[in-house]
Amino acid sequence: MSGPLALSSASDERSTTRSDRTSPTPAASSARRRVLKEALAAWTLAGPAVFFLFVLFFVPMIGVFIIALTDWQFGARSLSFVGLANFREVFADHGFRTSLFNTVIYVLIVVPGTLVLGLLTALLIESGNSCRSFYRAIHFLPFMATLTAMAIAWEALLHPTIGLVNQTLAAIGLPTANWLRDDKTALSVLAVIDIWQNLGYAMVLFLAGLKSIPQDLYDAADVDGADLWLDRLCTVTLPMLGPVSMFVVIVVALRAFESFDTVKVLTQGGPGHASEMLLYTLYRESFEYLHTGYGAAVAVVFLAIVVTLTLIQARLMDRKVHYQ
Amino acid sequence: MAACSFQSITKSFGPTPVLRGVSLSIADGEFLTLLGPSGCGKSTLLRILAGLEVQDAGSVSIGERAVDGLRPKRRDVAMVFQSYALYPHMTVASNVALPLRMRRLSAFQRFPLLGRLLPGTARTAAEIDVEVTRTCKSLGIGHLLDRKPGQLSGGQRQRVAVGRAMVRHPAVFLMDEPLSNLDAKLRVQMRAEIKELHQRLGVTFIYVTHDQAEAMTLSDRVAVMLEGELLQVAPPQVIYADPDDRRVAEFIGSPKINMFDGVVREHGLIDVAGSTLAIEVDALAGAPLTLGIRPEAFHLADHGGPGALTGSVRMVEHIGSDLFVHLDLAGVDHPLVARLLAERAPHIAPGQDLHLRVFPDRVLLFTRDGRRLRRRVESGRASVTPIRELAR
Amino acid sequence: MSASTSTPHLPAYAAILRHAVLLVTGALVLIPFVWMVSLSVKPPGEIFRAHFSLWPSQFYGVENYTKALTEAPLLRYMGNGLIVCTLILGLQIIVCAPCAYALAKLRFAGRDLLHGLVLIGLLLPHQVLSLPLFILCYQLGILNTYAALVFPYVVSPFGIFLFRQFFKAIPDDVVHAARLDGLSELAIIWRIMVPMALPAVIAFSIFSVVGHWNDLFWPLIAVRDQSLMPPPLGIMAFKNEEAGNDYGPLMAASTLVVLPLVIAFLAAQKWFVEGLAKGAVK
Ligand SMILES: Nc1ncnc2c1ncn2[C@@H]1O[C@H](COP(=O)(O)OP(=O)(O)OP(=O)(O)O)[C@@H](O)[C@H]1O
Ligand SMILES: [Mg+2]
Repeated sequence: MSGPLALSSASDERSTTRSDRTSPTPAASSARRRVLKEALAAWTLAGPAVFFLFVLFFVPMIGVFIIALTDWQFGARSLSFVGLANFREVFADHGFRTSLFNTVIYVLIVVPGTLVLGLLTALLIESGNSCRSFYRAIHFLPFMATLTAMAIAWEALLHPTIGLVNQTLAAIGLPTANWLRDDKTALSVLAVIDIWQNLGYAMVLFLAGLKSIPQDLYDAADVDGADLWLDRLCTVTLPMLGPVSMFVVIVVALRAFESFDTVKVLTQGGPGHASEMLLYTLYRESFEYLHTGYGAAVAVVFLAIVVTLTLIQARLMDRKVHYQ
Repeated sequence: MAACSFQSITKSFGPTPVLRGVSLSIADGEFLTLLGPSGCGKSTLLRILAGLEVQDAGSVSIGERAVDGLRPKRRDVAMVFQSYALYPHMTVASNVALPLRMRRLSAFQRFPLLGRLLPGTARTAAEIDVEVTRTCKSLGIGHLLDRKPGQLSGGQRQRVAVGRAMVRHPAVFLMDEPLSNLDAKLRVQMRAEIKELHQRLGVTFIYVTHDQAEAMTLSDRVAVMLEGELLQVAPPQVIYADPDDRRVAEFIGSPKINMFDGVVREHGLIDVAGSTLAIEVDALAGAPLTLGIRPEAFHLADHGGPGALTGSVRMVEHIGSDLFVHLDLAGVDHPLVARLLAERAPHIAPGQDLHLRVFPDRVLLFTRDGRRLRRRVESGRASVTPIRELAR
Repeated sequence: MSASTSTPHLPAYAAILRHAVLLVTGALVLIPFVWMVSLSVKPPGEIFRAHFSLWPSQFYGVENYTKALTEAPLLRYMGNGLIVCTLILGLQIIVCAPCAYALAKLRFAGRDLLHGLVLIGLLLPHQVLSLPLFILCYQLGILNTYAALVFPYVVSPFGIFLFRQFFKAIPDDVVHAARLDGLSELAIIWRIMVPMALPAVIAFSIFSVVGHWNDLFWPLIAVRDQSLMPPPLGIMAFKNEEAGNDYGPLMAASTLVVLPLVIAFLAAQKWFVEGLAKGAVK
C-alpha cells in the first residue's frame, strides 16, 4: 500500500501550498478540506488497483525492457548491460525470422478469411427473420469452446489415416495429406482452425453493426430505386459497415498474432520451423530453453507489433462514428 | 404529375389495427396534409403509398394506375424522411444523383468499379451530374456539392433531402414530418420554402405532420386522422371553423376549444353552465348535446343574466395583441378559456367576476357521442356584432 | 407481412437458399464438435477402422468416459479451473469496482493520469509480461500453487475500463442521495453502483471466466503439479501421456472440458455474445 499512500500525501502537499497563496477564509478552508477528503477517499479506493497495476503491469513491462538489454539469465546473480545485442541476435536468427514471417503470413490468411466469412454469415443471418439466434449460436460456439480441447478434436479430424478429412477426400478421389506434419500445409491448417474459431466473433460484431444501420436508409434506398440486393448492399449496408469492418480487422489481427494454443498442442512449431509463430517462440525461448535475454527481446518485438495494432484500433474507435 | 387515391386501406401490426379502412382521394397538383396526433398511423399510410409497407386490405392508385404490389421504385413517388435518411458516406452530389443513377444506368453499369468501364456509363453519368448541379443550385446548396451530410447544418440537410426527392421529377412528393428536426425559427423558414416549392413544381404533395400550424399554412386540404381513421378531409379554414366531429374540433386550435355539456330547453334555447344561450338547434326539448366554443367566439359583456356566462377569473395570460382569460364557471369542472382583444379588456385581474357573451353562430353543436349537429341556414337572430372584425 | 422492416421479407426461394447455406456452414462449423463426441463413444477398433460412421455400432461411451475420469484426474482439473476462475473473478471485481468508482464519480488530483495508466494497461498483452511475472512469482515463492495462477490477474484494466463506463452513466444525483442517506463510499459502491451496473458485471464475469477457463499459456508456465492444473493444461498433459493414441478417452476428456462453457453459453446465449463482444476493446 505504499504506492497510493505516497501519492495521496503528494497531492495533499500540492493543494496545501496552493491554498496558502489564496486567501484562507473559513469557507475556503472548509471547501479545501472537502476536496482533500474526496481525494483521499479516491486514492484509498483506487489504491489496491493502482498497486496491482504497478506490480503486475508496469514494473514487469519495464522489467522486460531491462532484461532485453542485459545478458541476465535465470538464477544469475549479476547482470551487465549489453545494449542491443539481444535484438541483434534475435534478428540475425533464422529461426526468429521464420517465426516472424510465419506470423505475418498467418495473420494475412486469418484476417481476410475471418472477415469475409464472418460478414457473409452475418449478412445471411440478418437477411431473414427465422432461426436467427439458432444460427448465431452455432456459428459462435467455437469462439467459446476451450481451444486446447478443440485442437485435440481437430487433430483427430486431420489424422492422416482415420481422420474425417482425409477419408472424405479419398472418398471423392482427391489427394490426401498429412496435414499437420507437412511443412507445406501445417501453417495454413492452423490458420483454418483460427478462422473456424473466430468467424463467429467477427459475425457477432458485424451483426451489431448491421443492427445499428437506420431502417430509414433502406427505405430511402427503396424509394430511390436501389432495391435490388446488390444495390442495397453497395448503397447502404457495406458503406455503413465500414467502421465496424476496420474494427473487426484489428481485433481479429490481434487475436491471430497472439495464437499459441494450437501451435503448442498440434505442431510445436514444426515440422522444422514451418508453423512456428511469435508467441510460441517467445514461450519456448523464455521458458523451455531459458534463453532469457533472447526471450525478452522477442517479447519487446511482439509488444511493439501489438501496441501498434492496438493504437490503430484506438484511433478507429475514436472515429467510429466518423460519418456523422 | 398524378392524382392518388386510397380505397379502404386497412393495416394491422400484429393484433393492433393501425389503419381502419382509410379512403382518400388527392387531386393532381394538390397539397394535402395528413394531420393527427403521434401514433395515429399517418406515417404508415404514407409508407403504404410509397410501397414501403404493404396494406392488409384495400388498394392504392397513383394516376390511373393501381400500384398495389409495385415496388417503390416503380411507383414514381419521392419521399423526404423525418431523419432525412441521407447516405452518410456519400457527398451531397452523390446523394442527389443516386435516384437518377438507379434509373438511368443498367444494373451492369452500376456494378461496383467494373460498371464504369462499360460503354455509355460515362456519358450518362455526365448528364446526371448536370441535372444534379442544376437541382442543387435551385435549392441554394450548389456550393455544398462535395460535402458529406455530416458536415451540413440541419436546414442544409433538409434541402439535400428535398433535392434528392426532386431531381427525378416524381409524380408525387411524400414528406414525413420533414421539419420536425429543425429549430422553431428554421421550421418557419423551411415551411415557406416548401410552400414555394410546391407552387413552383405544381406536383401532388402529401405531407405528414402533427403540427397544426404547418398543416394550416401549407395545405390545400387537411386530412385529420385519429386512431387509424380519417375524421375529416377539408380545406384548413373549414377544418377549423366547421369541423365534422368533436375530436377534430378538439385537435385543431390552440388554446383548445371549450366544450360544455348542455341540454336543449326549448326551440332556440340551450341550458349550459348555469346559463341559457339563445342558439338555433334542430333538436327536441330535453335533448342532451355538447357545445364547442372557440376561445375567440366570446366577447365581454357588461352584466350577467340570460345569454351570458359568468365566472370568476382564475388566470390571465397576455400574449400582446390578445389575452387569454381562464374562467371558473359554476358547475363546470374545467375552466373556460376566452381570447379577448387586449384593448377591449383592459383591467381583468384574477379573482374578479367576469361576464362573457357568445356569438351564437360560432357555437359548434355536437351530439354527446361527438357527431356534429348542423343548424339550418343561419337565422336573422344571430348577433349583430360584426364577426369579421373579431375573427383573426 | 411487412414489406420492409429491417429485414425484407424474402421470396421463398431466397429464404430456402438462406437456410440451406446457413445450415451447411453451421454443419461445417460443428464438425469438430460432432467428430469429438462421436469418437468419444466409439471403441478403439471402430475408431481405427478406415471408414467412418457418426454413431458407433458398439456403444463404448461408458468405458471411454470412465477411463477419462479415472486415468486422468479430470474432475480435479475442472475443480481447479472452477477454483481459479472464481478466485480471479472475485478478486478482480473487488479490486476494480472501487477504482472504477473513483475514476467515474470522484474528483481528485491525478485522476486523468490514473485513467491513462488503466488505458495503457488495457493495451499490454499479458503474454509479453510472462517472463517478469514468472520471476516475480518465483521470488514470492508461489510458483506451482493456486496463487501463481491467480495472482497475475488480480487486477483487470478491462474491468476497470468497463465498470467506469457504466458507473459514469449512473447519474451523480444517485451518489449524492446515497451520501445524504449516510452511506459510506464503500457502501455506495457495493450497495448502489455495482447492483445498478449489473449488466456490466455480468458481461465482465463472462469475459473473465471464459478467458481464464480456456487459458493455456500462463498455467503452462506457472504450475507443474498435475494436481494444480486447470483443464486446458490438464488435457494437454493427458494427451501427451497417452501419446495421443487412445482417442476414445482423450475425446471423452475433451468433451467434458468443453462442456461446461458450452452449456452455460446455450443457456445464456445473449449474455455471452454481449459480454464477449464488449471484450473486443480488450
Ligand atoms: N413496423 C411496425 N411494427 C409494429 N408496429 C408499428 C410499426 N410501425 C408502426 N407501428 C405502430 O403503428 C402505429 C402507427 O404508427 P405510425 O408510424 O404510422 O404513426 P404516426 O402517426 O406516423 O406517428 P408519429 O407522428 O409519431 O410519427 C403506432 O402505434 C406504431 O407503434
Ligand atoms: Mg410518423
